[in-house]
Amino acid sequence: MMTFLTHLINGISLGSVYAIIALGYTMVYGIAKMLNFAHGDVIMVGAYVCFFAVSSYHLPPVLGVVIAMLLCTALGMLIERLAYKPLRQAASLAVLITAIGVSYFLQNGAQLLWGSNNKMFPDILPGDGIALFGGELHISVATIVTILACIIIMLALTWFTGNTRMGKAMRAVSEDKGAAQLMGINVNTTISVTFAIGSALAAIAGVLYMSSYPILVPTTGSMPGIKAFTAAVFGGIGSIPGALLGGVLLGVIEIFAGAYISTQLANAIVFLVLIIVLLVKPTGLLGKKIREKV
Amino acid sequence: MKKTLAILLALVLCVGLFAGCGGSKPAASDGKTASASIKIGGIGPLTGGAAIYGNAAKNGATIAVEEINALGGLQFELRYEDDAHDAEKSVNAYNTLKGWGMQVFLGSVTSTPCVATSVEANGDHIFLLTPSASSTDVLGGIANPLTGTIDIPRKDTVFQMCFVDPNQGSASAQYIADQKLGTKIAIIYKNDDVYSTGVYNSFAPKAAELGLNIVSTTTFTEDTKTDFSVQLNDAKSAGADLVFLPMYYDAAALILTQANAMGYAPKWFGIDGMDGILSVDGFNTALAEGVMLLTPFNADSTDARTKSFVEKYQAAYGEIPNQFAADGYDCVYAIYNALNAAGVKDASKSASELCDILIGQFTSMSYDGLTGEGMTWGKDGAVTKSPKGMFIQNGVYVGMD
Amino acid sequence: MNKLKTIDRSVRRNFLTYAIVIVAYVLLQLLSSARGFSPTLRGQLVPICAYVVMALSLNLTVGILGELSLGHAGFMSVGAFSGAIAASALQAAVPSPGARLAIAMLIGAIFAGIVGTIISVPVLRLNGDYLAIVTLAFGQIIKSLIENLYVGVDDAGLHFSFLKPSITLAQGGRMILNGPMGIPNITKISTFLAGFILILITLVIIFNLVRSRAGRAIMALRDNRIAAESVGINVTKYKMMAFVTSAALAGAAGALFALGQNTIVAAKFDFNTSILILVFVVLGGLGNMLGSIIAAAALTILPEALRGFADYRMLIYAIVLILVMLGTNSPQLKAMLQKLLPGKKREEV
Repeated sequence: MMTFLTHLINGISLGSVYAIIALGYTMVYGIAKMLNFAHGDVIMVGAYVCFFAVSSYHLPPVLGVVIAMLLCTALGMLIERLAYKPLRQAASLAVLITAIGVSYFLQNGAQLLWGSNNKMFPDILPGDGIALFGGELHISVATIVTILACIIIMLALTWFTGNTRMGKAMRAVSEDKGAAQLMGINVNTTISVTFAIGSALAAIAGVLYMSSYPILVPTTGSMPGIKAFTAAVFGGIGSIPGALLGGVLLGVIEIFAGAYISTQLANAIVFLVLIIVLLVKPTGLLGKKIREKV
Repeated sequence: MKKTLAILLALVLCVGLFAGCGGSKPAASDGKTASASIKIGGIGPLTGGAAIYGNAAKNGATIAVEEINALGGLQFELRYEDDAHDAEKSVNAYNTLKGWGMQVFLGSVTSTPCVATSVEANGDHIFLLTPSASSTDVLGGIANPLTGTIDIPRKDTVFQMCFVDPNQGSASAQYIADQKLGTKIAIIYKNDDVYSTGVYNSFAPKAAELGLNIVSTTTFTEDTKTDFSVQLNDAKSAGADLVFLPMYYDAAALILTQANAMGYAPKWFGIDGMDGILSVDGFNTALAEGVMLLTPFNADSTDARTKSFVEKYQAAYGEIPNQFAADGYDCVYAIYNALNAAGVKDASKSASELCDILIGQFTSMSYDGLTGEGMTWGKDGAVTKSPKGMFIQNGVYVGMD
Repeated sequence: MNKLKTIDRSVRRNFLTYAIVIVAYVLLQLLSSARGFSPTLRGQLVPICAYVVMALSLNLTVGILGELSLGHAGFMSVGAFSGAIAASALQAAVPSPGARLAIAMLIGAIFAGIVGTIISVPVLRLNGDYLAIVTLAFGQIIKSLIENLYVGVDDAGLHFSFLKPSITLAQGGRMILNGPMGIPNITKISTFLAGFILILITLVIIFNLVRSRAGRAIMALRDNRIAAESVGINVTKYKMMAFVTSAALAGAAGALFALGQNTIVAAKFDFNTSILILVFVVLGGLGNMLGSIIAAAALTILPEALRGFADYRMLIYAIVLILVMLGTNSPQLKAMLQKLLPGKKREEV
């Protein structure tokens, strides 16, 4: 029973990291209708920025996170302006390939700038965490902070898209770009802001990801990127609570599959479950049913 | 539609131009005597997820070449190409180096690409000394530990500077049994990695033979190398007091960190891939306290040559060299010594002639380097050097004996 | 009248494609025997053929059928491993390398076709990005499965084991596939000629499929599924036809690729390879077969040709990729290009 609980907590911890990344994915997808494959690499950049701020310039971790968020926001908007905006009218596949190009660019640029050597991310969330049941069950500070951050971000995003002017504009753009424009919404600004928010979230995700799994290399972002993309689809891409649910479930399934079936096949099992879920619910767990118009 | 084609065609033309340039150079330098220095080629992952290993080997070899060229006498020219840890790209890189006029080959740094390039080098009769591709498939002619069959014939021109995987696995099992380091042993290895699996495949039978009690065996893959909670919990609940980690130090550093976070503190035992863990930027060396490893290289050694190498490396690249760098350095010096011993004075000999000379020298000479004293090579291409048992105390290696 | 003209044009374009492929083959074959020919490019001829076939087959799924697939390398993997195992097992039985290669490619195609059929059942029930993620998932699953598969051969035939290498072989037997270590000792039997023939066969299959009744049904599905369904087109049947054909061709390409390498591992055929092939297709133009051929060849050569830039090589590759995508797809840049190249104006159809 205790091992089961331990696995469950580890799964939720891993899953909430996926969830934060998936939130950024889903935001951008919902509004810009593009799979931003470079999202994982923005995470990597955020992690590097925070690493240098804390390790090399000895800034307090909170400041490091803020700097990482600011730089990533700028980076995200810059990428959007230079690489994606000219393709607003083009086929979605063209944008997808451009995003892949951006991803290669960021990875190789990071390697040239910061070297290929591993960096060990500093322990910015020290402390012993919580020990339950006489020390048999242990929850680390990083886990607690990640789960809390994930919930707070999800609530904030839900509130933002539901109640602010910009949030409403985002929803309008995601429903129908043309109609939104006719209603006087500046579509370009809206998409830009979405990228800014998505990238700021990526920076936070990067730092939290690194707090739990602290080895930092230029390719750090690619696998969590794919997993988070999977999580976003799992939960229903475009849905904010869906990203959270999808991420957490993905993490739990991954850990359980490894613990109770086979560590060798953990990844295969995760993807198998994904396929089965999509067969039963073709638009993900919380995805909107799209009614086809004739 | 047509415009796309036009642009693509233009691209093809540009590429053709580049390819043409690449092709025309070797033709000019084919007249052997033109160049004064021997051309040494090397391949490794200089980009991508394994870039750390390739760059280290390249940097180590570069330092050796600079030192040798400063001495006067025999001169080397080193060129390293990127393969992004991919066999197909590695062969492409090999062909590029061949076109450049490579005379001696440092092989590929990682195992799978080197399995491919070793076939090419053997076919072309070019001498290959790989710093770190440790799989038996690189050398060929060594029996598969699982089935006892020889699946690949020996590639005569191929030699290794690092231990071949099975030797490390069985040596580790022997060491653990001899020193009675643990009563219940857990193993975590990287299932989709040739190096890690190769060591495990020889460790397991040897451990069984020696009567070691293995209570937990778990794996991870490239795609799941972040979260080790399942593996660690398995080892912990099985009551393992020693965990064997045949893997590179990046994953090992994560395992140590996560084990610490969950309050699990067994003895850790690693192999040469573990070396470098202390020099990871920002790694809390307290976590590695008491870790044992079999490694041929120690960056903290007080030995004069090692010290000078480490200083030069730090000055040039701003990092502490790991064993890949030391292996790269040793490879160049081993070749240098062999050529000197054979009386080769300039670059006038062809790759094939140098290959015969080097094979003769390597199977008869003894070499003292950063990664071991009195190294010798057999006809099977594997190196014989004694791994040193080390453990980490107060952030530095201490000999175990 | 108009219709006739368009058909005429497509026939002409098909012939142009064949002609360019044949001319390119003859030229390269002549050049490659010359002394100054780049050895890198000579070594790449077979992989280029394999990637061209991969791009053509993926173009059938993405361009003609209109479904995004992110797991095409999975089919290549199935073809590569089944083909290479077959070739290795048949080494004694079929001494002629040409015949062995043909058998291996056929077996690769059949196995990939079977896997494609199995996968198409769940895949084709989904739409858009959900379909894409399921193909990605299948690609990952195939990779995981092959990474845990062990195959040995002795006089009694092939022996398999899964997860653990627990195979006992009779005297004289040998291991072919060693799980994650892949197949370490492939005898290279693929030739440029075989690759060229496979490209031609692929083109014949695709062009004939596209120009047939079935092909028109497939394209009708792509353009408007509901309208196509309402005129009685069997959605599942035609979608499956295109998907499975695409998978089988990828399998043959995989076998050709594998038998031109010294070693293959399952990790080679990962998500990044799938993406790479998708890049060929999109860059060459959806549904444009000649474009796929040129893009696959150019982008396979490009990273090698950029070796002169040393450390900046892959960075430049990324920039080229982004710029080409922007240059071919952005309306503003297109307009700019049109001003620069006034002669090209009328060609936009």
